[in-house]
Amino acid sequence: MGSINTGNFKNRDIVSAKDFSREELEFIFDVSKEAKEKPEKFRNALKDKIIAMIFFEPSTRTYQSFQTSAKSLGCDVIGFSEPNSSSYIGKGESFHDTIKIFENYSDCIIIRHPSAGSSKFASEISKKPVINAGSGFQEHPTQAMLDLFTIRSEFGKIDSLNIGLVGDLRYGRTVPSLCYSLSNFDVRLNFVAPDTLQIRPEVEEFLKNKGIEFTKQSSLDSLVNGLDVLYVTRLQKERFVEPTEYFKLKGSYRITSDTVKNAKEDMIILHPLPRVDEISNDIDNTKFAKYFEQARNGLFVRTALLSLILS
Amino acid sequence: MAEEKLSVSKIVKGTAIDHIPSGRGYLVQKILKIDPGARAVIIANVDSGKYGKKDLIKIEGKYLTPKEVNIISLIAPHATINKIENSEVVEKSEVKFPDVIEEVLKCPNLSCIANAENEPIVTKFIKVDNALQCHYCDSLLKQEEIVNNLKV
Repeated sequence: MGSINTGNFKNRDIVSAKDFSREELEFIFDVSKEAKEKPEKFRNALKDKIIAMIFFEPSTRTYQSFQTSAKSLGCDVIGFSEPNSSSYIGKGESFHDTIKIFENYSDCIIIRHPSAGSSKFASEISKKPVINAGSGFQEHPTQAMLDLFTIRSEFGKIDSLNIGLVGDLRYGRTVPSLCYSLSNFDVRLNFVAPDTLQIRPEVEEFLKNKGIEFTKQSSLDSLVNGLDVLYVTRLQKERFVEPTEYFKLKGSYRITSDTVKNAKEDMIILHPLPRVDEISNDIDNTKFAKYFEQARNGLFVRTALLSLILS
Repeated sequence: MAEEKLSVSKIVKGTAIDHIPSGRGYLVQKILKIDPGARAVIIANVDSGKYGKKDLIKIEGKYLTPKEVNIISLIAPHATINKIENSEVVEKSEVKFPDVIEEVLKCPNLSCIANAENEPIVTKFIKVDNALQCHYCDSLLKQEEIVNNLKV
């Protein structure tokens, strides 16, 4: 991988999507594209490195794609994905001390933790770079990078797209990061959710300050036909005080072939996954469905990020 | 009760904090962690031409640091600080809302790492437009929510 310019990414933390400019994102996407098209250039490029993956919450895609990327780069991977098996829960060790321990054992620490701000705190503790793989419902910046990489791969651009985000926009951690990353581009955002699950005030303030045009609404009906990208997130049952409210609402945001019958020809549907039933299976085989490709792109974006940080 | 008729003995050397919103004198005392043994007095609900009612605090033998002065602005944004020497006001200053506030506020987001027990972390807020933002979790704390989130 010797010819890849690592720019100013060496030993850099990835804590918030707010920390990355348009130019930096474009650079990451260029390297991600290279990782996708020429994987041999990246194979075993980091064979002396040790990656710590400490996941205090369950994860399937994020954990597996980081691990697969790290292994394809030749890294050793240490850590845990089941906090009950670690001293953190088992012996009451603090998050702070856990970070200090893994800092000694690894070249980079990838963290998922239920507390918002956990990665920020870790980055202040650790001398080794920290990658946020999900900090409570606050952020998931590498997911946003792979989301944008997928959009750019499909359209060849991100500017001038009309993007709808639907579902649990308040407690879904991918949404703030996606908004922060998209704010570097000339896009229009449309937030579709019941009032109680609309985007959080800090995200709204951020977008206003960046001059991003956005709408908030509770129904997808009048919106879907004008969208270029439909980003669907899961309504989380546990967020509803009244279970009946959940059952009442979940059908309203379910995407079926009927929902997209008049959609633009080249519209794409993305989803950070896992889905429950918010996208019906009959969408999977349509030209709109890009969520499995999106998940696959996670491999290339994370390969690019690890190489840029650790090369 | 007119301000000029208050018969509280003058302090010789120390600080008088004026223009505290009525009812918040005790909060200012708490936030400044004034030693219970210190010679200090809170004068509550004084008539004020500008604000209707106000509280005052006089503290003998204590001068405020710039950090303490700025913390007062969280709960008394129009307070004035009078530095007193030989029973005379030698310096008058207004509080300035700080750009960064550490320790004195708790984060309103219960799932913020800064609220975690058993972690060596102090809360930190950054001033943004009309609000404070948690340095760790990004949650916004509006001006009117500050009093309810004081760690006192």
